[in-house]
Amino acid sequence: MRNKVVSDLAAALEGVADGSTILIGGFGLAGQPLALIDALLEQGATDLTVVSNNAGNAEWGIARLLQAGRVRKVVCSFPRQSDSYVFDELYLAGKVELEVVPQGNLAERIRAGGAGIGGFYTPTGFGTLLADGKETREIDGRMYVLESPIRGDVALIGAFRGDRLGNLVYRKTSRNFNPMMATAAALTIASVAEVVEAGALDPEAVVTPGIFVDRVVAVGQEEAA
Amino acid sequence: MSLDRDALAARIARDIPYGAYVNLGIGAPTLVANHLEPALDVILHTENGMLGMGPAATGDDIDQDLINAGKQPVTELPGAAYFSQADSFAMMRGGHLDVCVLGAYQVSVHGDLANWHTGDPGAIPAVGGAMDLAIGAKAVWVMMDLLAKDGTAKLVQACSYPLTGVGCVSRVYTDRAVIEVGSGGARVLDTFGTTLDDLRELTGLDLT
Repeated sequence: MRNKVVSDLAAALEGVADGSTILIGGFGLAGQPLALIDALLEQGATDLTVVSNNAGNAEWGIARLLQAGRVRKVVCSFPRQSDSYVFDELYLAGKVELEVVPQGNLAERIRAGGAGIGGFYTPTGFGTLLADGKETREIDGRMYVLESPIRGDVALIGAFRGDRLGNLVYRKTSRNFNPMMATAAALTIASVAEVVEAGALDPEAVVTPGIFVDRVVAVGQEEAA
Repeated sequence: MSLDRDALAARIARDIPYGAYVNLGIGAPTLVANHLEPALDVILHTENGMLGMGPAATGDDIDQDLINAGKQPVTELPGAAYFSQADSFAMMRGGHLDVCVLGAYQVSVHGDLANWHTGDPGAIPAVGGAMDLAIGAKAVWVMMDLLAKDGTAKLVQACSYPLTGVGCVSRVYTDRAVIEVGSGGARVLDTFGTTLDDLRELTGLDLT
């Protein structure tokens, strides 16, 4: 019987290699899979590239990975926040690389990565520093910039409920980047507040179909602060 | 008399058309929400993945899974919908949003927008959804003071700060005037306790 539910966090993170690119869901702390990130810290993989919307909040989640020196590079849209002091200090000291990507481009690049799309033209960023050196093209009288797909070795997903088949639903605005990231990694690991019986999720309301998910682990309702 | 932030927000709210889908940028533009009459039937979009966003959440209504683009707790209105970031930005890029109101460091008379980066080498660049929003609504309006704290005009002939978008802004709401910008240059639509001559002197621009 197909069963993607693993018994604990250590089993969920097994096999993550040094040098991996890790896609991490979340917008700020909403939908950021904090328990999976703590387990990754425990697991020990280092020299990581983290792709996420932000670069960590206070000393939670991604900030802990940064603090522990596990992260070589951050790809995100908005590193600087009121509570991103861990990242800020490392960046200003030259200890972490940063690639800033407009938020919609980040979402679409990951979507493209998961959907087998080799790139796309977008009007976002045309004529700005973030399009420097990129191919541009006029399409129907408007200027567009060629953007490339992003894929990860691993995706860490913060979902709400999941079943043994890997089907996932999310909660309110914690959905954010999680559904695209779930499609765009070689190994997709989802934490859920609760594992439910197959059939308990309304098939019409499944957001991430199980085909995209490799491992599911129950972590209970996560509370950051 | 020039308008304070709240009065300016009310002025912007009056210009939002009936039934519009609207995104209000982080900071002062969020004040516009306080002045949207329910009869206007406006639906607010927040780019982190929601339509039908309600007022700020307080007390027991605070839910860390329900936040706005500024990461503040908010509420949902009946008929709200949640969606992924890919869908959220498809709503922008795809031209489905009617109005977006953003803050700015500078806007040029041709509608170029600078609001993401000062260009200061010590600054940590952070763009968020600014570049997507700049090109993503049918009408992109800017809410800002006409003058920066140092007295220089924020409406300029050409932006000196790094651009967020090219020719994307159609209207600028400031504490002293409402100004239309675009390929035809800048045209004053309304003034608040000031004259066209004063505005020309303050900005050094050939305003009409």
